[in-house]
Amino acid sequence: MNKIAGVLLAVAGAVALGGVALHRHEPINALWIVTAAVCVYALGYRFYAAWVAARVLVVDPSRATPAERYDNGRDFVPTHRWIAFGHHFAAIAGPGPLVGPTLAAQFGYLPGTLWILVGAVLGGCVQDMTILLLSTRRDGRSLGQMARDELGPLGGFAALIGTLLIMILLIAVLGLVIVNAMKHSPWSTSTIFATIPVAILVGLHLRRLRPGRILEASLIGVTLMLLAVLGGGWVDGHPLLRGLFDWPSLPLAGFVIGYGWIAATLPVWLLLAPRDYLSTFLKLGTVALLAVAIVILHPQIRMPALTSFIDGHGPIFGGRIFPFVFITIACGAVSGFHALVASGTTPKLIASEADVRLIGYGSMMLESFVAIMAMIAATLLDPGVFFAINTGAGVVGSAPAAAVHTISSWGFPVTVGQMQSLAHEMGESTLFARTGGAPSLAVGMASIFGNTFGRGLLSVWYHFAIMFEAVFILSTLDAGTRVGRFMLQDLLGHVYAPLGRTSWYPSVLLSSSLIVAGWGYFLYVGVIDPNGGVNILWPLFGIANQMLAAIALSVATGILVKSGRARYAAVTLVPLAWLAIVTTVAAWQKIVSPDPRIGLIAAARELSEHLAAGALPAQAAAVAPQLIFNQRLDAWLTGLFTAVLWLVILDMGRVCLRKLRGLPVAASSEAPYQAARLQPFAISDRMPQEGST
Amino acid sequence: MPRRAIRAGIARAVSAAVAWLRAVSGDDAYERYLTHHARAHEGPPLDRRAFYEERERRKWSGVSRCC
Repeated sequence: MNKIAGVLLAVAGAVALGGVALHRHEPINALWIVTAAVCVYALGYRFYAAWVAARVLVVDPSRATPAERYDNGRDFVPTHRWIAFGHHFAAIAGPGPLVGPTLAAQFGYLPGTLWILVGAVLGGCVQDMTILLLSTRRDGRSLGQMARDELGPLGGFAALIGTLLIMILLIAVLGLVIVNAMKHSPWSTSTIFATIPVAILVGLHLRRLRPGRILEASLIGVTLMLLAVLGGGWVDGHPLLRGLFDWPSLPLAGFVIGYGWIAATLPVWLLLAPRDYLSTFLKLGTVALLAVAIVILHPQIRMPALTSFIDGHGPIFGGRIFPFVFITIACGAVSGFHALVASGTTPKLIASEADVRLIGYGSMMLESFVAIMAMIAATLLDPGVFFAINTGAGVVGSAPAAAVHTISSWGFPVTVGQMQSLAHEMGESTLFARTGGAPSLAVGMASIFGNTFGRGLLSVWYHFAIMFEAVFILSTLDAGTRVGRFMLQDLLGHVYAPLGRTSWYPSVLLSSSLIVAGWGYFLYVGVIDPNGGVNILWPLFGIANQMLAAIALSVATGILVKSGRARYAAVTLVPLAWLAIVTTVAAWQKIVSPDPRIGLIAAARELSEHLAAGALPAQAAAVAPQLIFNQRLDAWLTGLFTAVLWLVILDMGRVCLRKLRGLPVAASSEAPYQAARLQPFAISDRMPQEGST
Repeated sequence: MPRRAIRAGIARAVSAAVAWLRAVSGDDAYERYLTHHARAHEGPPLDRRAFYEERERRKWSGVSRCC
């Protein structure tokens, strides 16, 4: 029976994928993509994940997990697998899988979609599940600790530096996304501002009024957030208030930086924790609603399968389809960041090793599906509209007529009138050059929701989508700054011991300021960059994230070989090799390419030549020195990432070779076997029952 | 009779969904803690507010959110 279902699934998947791949010169329906995705995931989960879990990882349900052995009712708690799945998915899903596919849609819908599916099933899901099991076997140790224990101090240090840098880049680029969504948009700005007092109210409710009643507080908060979306519309129509919230990007960047600093130094219960509850509910709700709406509406995809930009002259970011589609879409296919969550909170919740397939592999599949939905939302737009929203003024000019002319000349016709009426429908003054992905995703989501659940509310749906993304992003910004602060305090503690105390206020202020200054710098440069900044920052973030994934896969490969399972090492080695190739080629091109649209050094050289020749207008000349410095700095950073990546890979290779030659290697840090005694339990059970002895 | 069975099925599904939401959000964390405490520890347990504060502090001192 199972076999018949499997064969049917394979046939359906093959037909749908064939449909996606072969529908070249006519628009295809989004349902083809959804069907192909669901079949690929089902096959991956049913066959590949099951095989990896049983044969490669040797998952052993008779073995007691740390949650059972250390059960303390607090962080180590045996948890029903669907609840742990919910926790893990809420932790790994952020704005990343929404932004990456939107940007990568410049190559057409096909490359990104295929990479999201293949990358997730063979790479990202495997990474998440493997790291989750390895950490569960090691009392829930972090990726950095596992790298240190199993490979050596070099691996541990690389993981730490990689995490810190990725955090800074991630926050900067997300800050940029949100600033671009708010600039000269009183509706978006006032709605996003209003979410802050709402979160604080919920925080006070949860701490003072009714401690820990999270569900009721979140319901109140989400209702207030929805009212904030409507209230933003009222502000937008009010002649006086409208002016108060109509800001250019530079002061908005200043606001985001100031906000980040304040939020990171406030107690968590006041702002961070309550906003995270709200964002979790919005996330689960919106993802489910979007899936339902896409199936009901089953829109046509209007973007071609492949565009001419695969040759490297794309307007949103420069670079050929290889390697840049694989760098642009990190989250949703393979995300190294997940390895930190899979070796953090989640392993302490695992009740039985048998659950890691659902929790590790399954959560990533769902995240990958979110990326597929973002791809659909981007590619159902008229391609001309898509490029008009996502291309910076530095590429197509700031005058609408010029922008429309250039974009139409690429073969994607669009008119000023079309853009104006779209902006009017969405309740915005303009949608030109709103780079960063959030506005175009919001337009896509608004047209999906609007056409499914009633037209005429497009502007409300648009700003709901912006609010949804902003709440996500502010959560990540705030939580990321805090994690960065803890890591920095840990490092500084080696220099001067009191700085390592996480609750010592001078140390809190110093380390928070340093982290905020780090991402604030990149955010500032991104804002003054006439090309929109995202074109530089996002690839850099992608490289960093893939580098972290490569570190995680190196740790996994090293452990597989050390534990005598070298013949299965290809399961982690193949994705590792692919990521190493992709990141190295991308980094190489970002550093040495003579094309200033790709190469950072070449861009810096071109800009300084223009500056020296006096060829720049006064405004551009004023910011040019900072842009030049930043491009050189980014080139160095890219080089650093690549060096760290190869050091870890070589270190892993050294350990593996020693093992294969029979030389001594560091002992396995796996906790000794202990028999499980837990009985299966239901979601509503307060506590699992221990077996009778 | 079948109608009653359907109604019972729906009620079961709804209560499972609510239990799932409460557990995923942490709404029932304190009750779970009390059950655990009664089973495994002696002495008075933390009160609701102290437990909530401690839980938030612990949750946000590691990587618990991603990109």
